[in-house]
Amino acid sequence: MSALTALAQLRAVRDGSAQRITTVRHCHIAPRPLVFIPLKLAGEAAAPLGAMVGTDPHYPRLLVVPQPRNRDLRFAFAADLAEVFLPYIEGFEKTTETVERKTGDPYERCLDAPQILVPNRSAVSFTGMLGRSTRFRRADGPYPVHPSVPLLGRWLTYFADRSQQPGSSLLLAATEALGLHWATGQSGLEDANLAALLGWIAPPAGMSGRRAAEEAEDPLLWPPAGPATDPGFDNEVLGPAVRAYEEAPTERAVERVTQALRTQLEPTWKLMWRAVEELRALPEGARVKDRWEIDRGSFTRFVERITEGGPPQARRDGAVGAAARLAGLERARASYDVQRAHDDPLVMAEYRLTGEAFAGTVTAADPEHTEGEGRSRKLRPLITVETDDPVRLALGTTVGSPDRRGHAAEIVEIADGEITLKITKGMGRGKTPAPGAVPEPGERVTYTSLTDDFQSSASLPDPEQTPWTHGGPPEEYVPSDDDAQEEWS
Amino acid sequence: MTPQQEAAAVVSAVLADLPRNRGVVVDSPPGAGKSTLVVKAAGHIAETGEPLMIVAQTNEQVDDLVERLALEHPDLPIGRLSAGGYITPGRILAHSNVSVAGKLPDLGDPAVVVATADKWAWIGDRTWPWAIVDEAYQMRSDKLLRIASLFERSLFVGDPGQLDPFSIVDGDRWAGLSWDPVQSAVSVLLRHNPDLPVHRLPVSWRLPASAAPVVSEAFYPFTGFRAGTSHADRSLEFTVNGMRTSYDRALEEAATSGWALYELPSRHTVRTDAEAVQAAAVLAVRLLQRGPVAHSERGSHPVTAARIAIGAAHRDQVAAIRAAGVPEEITVDTANRLQGREYDVTIVLHPLSGRRDATAFHLESGRLCVLTSRHRHACIVVARAGIPELLDAHPSAEPVQLGVPVKFPDGWEANQAVLAHLSKHRVTPVG
Repeated sequence: MSALTALAQLRAVRDGSAQRITTVRHCHIAPRPLVFIPLKLAGEAAAPLGAMVGTDPHYPRLLVVPQPRNRDLRFAFAADLAEVFLPYIEGFEKTTETVERKTGDPYERCLDAPQILVPNRSAVSFTGMLGRSTRFRRADGPYPVHPSVPLLGRWLTYFADRSQQPGSSLLLAATEALGLHWATGQSGLEDANLAALLGWIAPPAGMSGRRAAEEAEDPLLWPPAGPATDPGFDNEVLGPAVRAYEEAPTERAVERVTQALRTQLEPTWKLMWRAVEELRALPEGARVKDRWEIDRGSFTRFVERITEGGPPQARRDGAVGAAARLAGLERARASYDVQRAHDDPLVMAEYRLTGEAFAGTVTAADPEHTEGEGRSRKLRPLITVETDDPVRLALGTTVGSPDRRGHAAEIVEIADGEITLKITKGMGRGKTPAPGAVPEPGERVTYTSLTDDFQSSASLPDPEQTPWTHGGPPEEYVPSDDDAQEEWS
Repeated sequence: MTPQQEAAAVVSAVLADLPRNRGVVVDSPPGAGKSTLVVKAAGHIAETGEPLMIVAQTNEQVDDLVERLALEHPDLPIGRLSAGGYITPGRILAHSNVSVAGKLPDLGDPAVVVATADKWAWIGDRTWPWAIVDEAYQMRSDKLLRIASLFERSLFVGDPGQLDPFSIVDGDRWAGLSWDPVQSAVSVLLRHNPDLPVHRLPVSWRLPASAAPVVSEAFYPFTGFRAGTSHADRSLEFTVNGMRTSYDRALEEAATSGWALYELPSRHTVRTDAEAVQAAAVLAVRLLQRGPVAHSERGSHPVTAARIAIGAAHRDQVAAIRAAGVPEEITVDTANRLQGREYDVTIVLHPLSGRRDATAFHLESGRLCVLTSRHRHACIVVARAGIPELLDAHPSAEPVQLGVPVKFPDGWEANQAVLAHLSKHRVTPVG
């Protein structure tokens, strides 16, 4: 944990209410997100019990599995879920824009993309599990399922995989999205409770955040946000209702399970939309759009993959796939960290504390300064910045500034809180710098060694060319009847 | 057998195994002559007339290797491939048999080409009959994946006790897969090719007789090694008398026994613990003031600032120690960057000093192993009291992943073993 977050937590404890740790919102919140609250059967890895799902806060759809141990009912639930998910996703596939590229042909990208919101990290994992259990199923062969089920499985897998990508907003966990912007006076573990977290952030009128969070610990007032259910509810309400269905699978018995689950899901449903409101109220960071654009591109590519009839995602990443994914994740992680700092002075302050950035006032500027002679004469304006920050950057380090895109400078001298910089990029092509390109004396500036320079990594071999050191080429996946025979817990 | 004979036997076995196997792995404990082996093997392969590629992990490692190769084999044409912003250091330019270029065709056709793994990944469409991969335990397996098609057979050399490669993202998704990209190149190689011969260099030429058994038992519990020198071969002497301050006593303890633990009172502190940082800096300054002279099997020489290093776990600690007024020529760096380096005396800020918890990062045995195995004469550890209690309160609690081979040593146990030894050389400040 960083020093500023720790400080914000101490303040939250002192004041009894959550403290903002960012000045802007760093995730995309769609105008029409799909909220998905899954519940699972206790003691099972991926046995769905029910879900509340939908895009309209006033009309949630409640889906239940009246006997979660019955696998046919589980896949019937998946088909019901597909009826909500697939039309929502397909709604984004049609409208596209043409993107021009510097190199290569222009391509089509969807104008908008779906956004799934779940309550917490466990719900994200469960989404992945549900995807895993459905994507290899088939409409023919042994234990056939509705054709929409494997398609849903591929989408759920896609969203769960994508949620590990730093900076992606296609599938967000509400507690994580909120925790990115607020610090509370409770532990990280407690922050994973949506009701408690929202209690700290937006307590009811006249109540402190701490009090609201304490109240949220009562499962009768605030049932858990899932996927695990409250054991008391399991024993006293759910167990008898499922047994009744077992004895007589009537409409009434189904209705009893449905009503029971509604009591568990409705409070969370309301909390989810409150979380959306809280997040929406924050001003959006400048580069959130860029990251959403990457999400849209990724979504478009997956739509194409499905249209082209590609196979479902592999059970495990192959050697080449794993390395490629790792490179993508690392790139996204680095870029996300830098972008957040550039968008948000409060995030940048963390780097100022660790000496990787500094802010100060320009005390002197020599905008016409040049280096070299004759044809190799280059414009290299010098500025001096006075700062109180503990700078821990070495001479010669290249720094960028969040105030000016494309601007780069090199540290020439550091002495007693005065830093001399040589500007190397972003001055235009003229003999004198473009207006505004060189900070003027008196201007407040921030510089940091964090730069979002894209360094593409070297190419990987084709999977068929996997070398002997990594086990040689993998076997090709051929769909077979065995897929339906997998052991399920 | 003498240590020399023992080590030579292993080297011949390695060279004999090379043509018989697709890959040969050599585990080398700290200072066991890894570079010597690489240089020797390179010469051996070059004699056959077949081209050789050498892979190292950082530019410094490449430069070190090129320099040693050029010195030992002055007639061997050596190519050094470099990336864009690389500035060729003087020590490389000084050798006429070394050519430096960014592209393979610009090198001419040298018998040996050396580059970092990252650089090699951009070189396509050519296959070398031979490769040597240096610091292979430091190399992540995804890097090996990018370059493995470049060579037909390869010698992998590295130190299994040093820091494992890491990633800034969570790699749990691949835990247990035999090709887990965040594992080291050697673990992935051996999991797919369990029949490859693995040799072990048995003698540390760097570590003194006072340190080799400690490091061997703590960090290489099942694959021990011994010191190549005896207690009588190495000694550290001060030409200036001390004043009986706690700093002087710590220095004298280190000179006599090879180890000292400068123990500050127990306290929870921020990472850049001002007192501990101060102590590390003052010890270094005081050490220089005492005019130390090192006597070893290579003769006697004064211990200059360039032969002293201060190691810490985090970069902000390094910056703080630097800022506390350490002479410019003394190396101050993190464990990651000290890997593969050698000094006469090292001063170590213990990774767990002043902490409230022991995370996996701080417990990683490789970190402490690197920090406590860089010295030829003495190692002084600066720490807050109470680390054994901290360890007892934080047993390793990492989840057990299926399919992941158990790794030795256990960081928790290694930390305890080192502390148990250091406690015999404890010096506490008066006051």
